[in-house]
Amino acid sequence: MSATNLRIGAATGWRGWLLDSAPASRHQARLGRWYRAWLGLRRNGLAMTGLVIVLALVFVALFAPLFASHASAFTQTLTDRLQPMSWAHPFGTDELGRDIYARVVFGSRTTLAIVALVSIIVVPLGLAIGLPAGYFGGWIDAVLMRVTDIFLAFPRLVLALAFAAALGPGIENAVIAISLTAWPPYARLARAETLTWRRAEFIEAAVLQGASHLRILFTQIVPLSMPSVIIRLTLDMAGIILTAAGLGFLGLGAQPPAPEWGAMVSSGRQYLLDQWWVATIPGLAIFVVSLGFNLLGDGLRDLSDSRG
Amino acid sequence: MSASGAAARPSPVRRPYPTAAGIASVAHRLARLVLSVILTFLGLTLVTFFIGRVIPIDPVLAIVGDKASKETYAKVAAEIGINLPLPVQYWRYLMRVLHGDFGVSIITAHPVLQDMTHVFPATMELAVVALLVGTLLGVPLGVVAATNRGRWPDQVIRFGSLLGYSMPVFWLGLVGLLMFYAKLGWVDGPGRLDVAFDDIVTPVTGMITIDSVLGGEYDVLWNALGHIILPASILGYLSMAYIARMTRSFMLGQLRQEYVLATRAKGMPPFRVVWVHALGNVWVQLVTVVALTFGSLLEGAVLTETVFAWPGLGLYMKNSLFNADLNAVLGGTLVIGIVYIFLNMLSDVIYPLVDPRARDRR
Repeated sequence: MSATNLRIGAATGWRGWLLDSAPASRHQARLGRWYRAWLGLRRNGLAMTGLVIVLALVFVALFAPLFASHASAFTQTLTDRLQPMSWAHPFGTDELGRDIYARVVFGSRTTLAIVALVSIIVVPLGLAIGLPAGYFGGWIDAVLMRVTDIFLAFPRLVLALAFAAALGPGIENAVIAISLTAWPPYARLARAETLTWRRAEFIEAAVLQGASHLRILFTQIVPLSMPSVIIRLTLDMAGIILTAAGLGFLGLGAQPPAPEWGAMVSSGRQYLLDQWWVATIPGLAIFVVSLGFNLLGDGLRDLSDSRG
Repeated sequence: MSASGAAARPSPVRRPYPTAAGIASVAHRLARLVLSVILTFLGLTLVTFFIGRVIPIDPVLAIVGDKASKETYAKVAAEIGINLPLPVQYWRYLMRVLHGDFGVSIITAHPVLQDMTHVFPATMELAVVALLVGTLLGVPLGVVAATNRGRWPDQVIRFGSLLGYSMPVFWLGLVGLLMFYAKLGWVDGPGRLDVAFDDIVTPVTGMITIDSVLGGEYDVLWNALGHIILPASILGYLSMAYIARMTRSFMLGQLRQEYVLATRAKGMPPFRVVWVHALGNVWVQLVTVVALTFGSLLEGAVLTETVFAWPGLGLYMKNSLFNADLNAVLGGTLVIGIVYIFLNMLSDVIYPLVDPRARDRR
């Protein structure tokens, strides 16, 4: 029985098990760590707001047909074009008579897809460059970090623009273009984390047990780097969403008739003065979602700062 | 305290004359900096070369069009050296870029570099005014947030900054136009000037606000300010968010120092301690932040210019993009990339010049 549980008013039951300062198993320790992080996050109202927004995005994207009908998002009804907000059309209709609410709902799928695809490209790429750089050092480090610095020195949107211009418009190319400009910070981060842990005693113990470099990297260093990578990713999400929306606004993202928030703002521009909702509502969706990621990321960063 | 006790410590006073080791260290750092700038520049050109020559499936076809005869095709293929080995092609490309030859724009039929000299001042003007707005608001807000750490002003400023980080600049531009131009009529609409004021001022710098002052045309200046204030404020708000945040964290570092306590104990008013002494110690770091912000402003300009029909680099690139004018797009990418490299270099050079601590760090 640990000291914490003897305190008056200390948590008992499953909470006590989670908060036990002397966990009996690796499983319990890991769950306890997650639970403590959750308790810290729960105290931060803004971060919780962010979490709710992000979860709502995921939920709406996954279950879009429950929230709006697919037909009203795609069917053109020219007699209904540019209708103001009403019970039938909560956000009005666009220049082709499609329901803006339904298009915003289905547009969340595009946003979530871009964010997810960029994450699964950028994180492994950053780790693949940063881990060997930090672990082996020497000329490998010098070469890899020089390459990283070169990419870091590029303006993201402009480079994405040039890539998109050469590859042609489309959501896949937008994802490639964003990924190519988004990985360098992860390489830097992975390298820094690796440098922190490389000389640790448990790494030396693993070396003495005959573990290969690859094994040490993947079973020891990658898990230790993950928390800071995830925080960085959450904070980056807003930037990724804004870049994707910017590309969409310029006509380089998802192509019509696919609902994409940036492209929706762009096509509503010409009706801005008379039918303001066509351009502003999808922009509001971009804003709310990227704010959600920023709030959550900010809260997560505070959490990791106070622990460290 | 005895004199010997003080002498035993390493002297914090810098020698008034340069030592051989000092010169060697400066030369070493300079060499490193030059090398890193050259490498980054090579990397930049390598990427633009790759985008322009390797990604398009047939760069010759992209130039001649699919209705061209075999002879034309062969002629152009030989001209751009498409059959040469890639390293040779890259070398030729690099030489052309170094001679300022970015190719000819398809839309304007002018050399890309010549177009750049026309559109770049407009972007510079926008970015500079935006930077002024961002710095003049961001620094004081950061200081206020730091001195009120954890209290409501800090929270409000932090939330305001997060809002700034989260807004799509093109959307904010449209909302701004809708409110301040269409509904309230406080500012002038898209473009740099009203049509009536076009071509009055002789271009010297290409920045209308400066040129109009030089020519004594204050009506034009007033009109230009009415046009630039909204796009510049919107761009400036986004950079303000970053500048305020960095100022806050630098100031927190200073306010923890003992000299702050000491000056307070001696009876110096808190206002002076914060705004003169503590802020005086962070401005070097702030210069770096502002320089880097400028780079992101150039980028934000691409979208802002599209919304405000601002005839700058961003609008030029956007229009080129839709006419498959790859030379112009890559030329713009190179110019912005070079400005980025230059700004990074500048902050690397300025930093040790004004901060001895950074100079002595190895």
